[in-house]
Amino acid sequence: MAQTGRPLSPHLQVYKWQVQMVTSILHRATGIVLAVGSLLLVWGLAAVASGPDAFATFKGYAGSTIGTIVLIGWTLAFFYHLANGIRHLAQDTGAGYSIPAFVRNSWLSIVVSIVLTVVVWAYVLAGGHA
Amino acid sequence: MSRDLRNPLARARGLGSAKEGVSHWLVQRVTGLALVFLTVWFVVTTLGLMHSDYASARETLGKPWNAVLLVALLITTFRHAVLGLQVVIEDYVHTRWLEVASLVIIKFIAVLAMLAGVLAVLRVALGS
Repeated sequence: MAQTGRPLSPHLQVYKWQVQMVTSILHRATGIVLAVGSLLLVWGLAAVASGPDAFATFKGYAGSTIGTIVLIGWTLAFFYHLANGIRHLAQDTGAGYSIPAFVRNSWLSIVVSIVLTVVVWAYVLAGGHA
Repeated sequence: MSRDLRNPLARARGLGSAKEGVSHWLVQRVTGLALVFLTVWFVVTTLGLMHSDYASARETLGKPWNAVLLVALLITTFRHAVLGLQVVIEDYVHTRWLEVASLVIIKFIAVLAMLAGVLAVLRVALGS
């Protein structure tokens, strides 16, 4: 924390939880997750460039149990950040600027991201035959 | 008499106390908008490649359109990521030297990762 003796403003624990707080915090958290995930994307691309053996190693990690869990988490983080990012872009134009609208479209971001994650992974785990 | 205490030149430049105007805010949003399209394209393409063997996956990624979009995805992703991480670090890291060090480190990592990704795409696209 800051090394000053100044009084601090009230922090998270004194506020009643609202969905708009959750979406805001999640947007940051998923952003950090996706930044780290981008390094895995580079790993995958480098593996493709290096040849069949390197790619098989990469695929082995990606297809393992832990790899699958990471990928599902990554998918959820991605769809959440995408849906909520579009929400923020819309709000930046001044659209839906009222508390009831914030509550409604916050829930929309959460629900849409879960639905899209389920759809994608149902497709993947069904072996890609929709 | 004007109520604005800023001098006219500062007002005309519009750079404000952060000395960089609104460029951070604006670039964050423009890259975000670009990523809406690039990431959705990438997810659809990746799902389409799920059952391809190595050779055909490599061939698909190396097609000019796909290679261009991948390079665009890599550059835009890491630009967007640095801008976002920068805000998080500035908000939560209150020890000045740690803050500056973190800001420099994420930039180094992002640029290296971006260059490594672009090189990989070029190797696939140009076949070496």
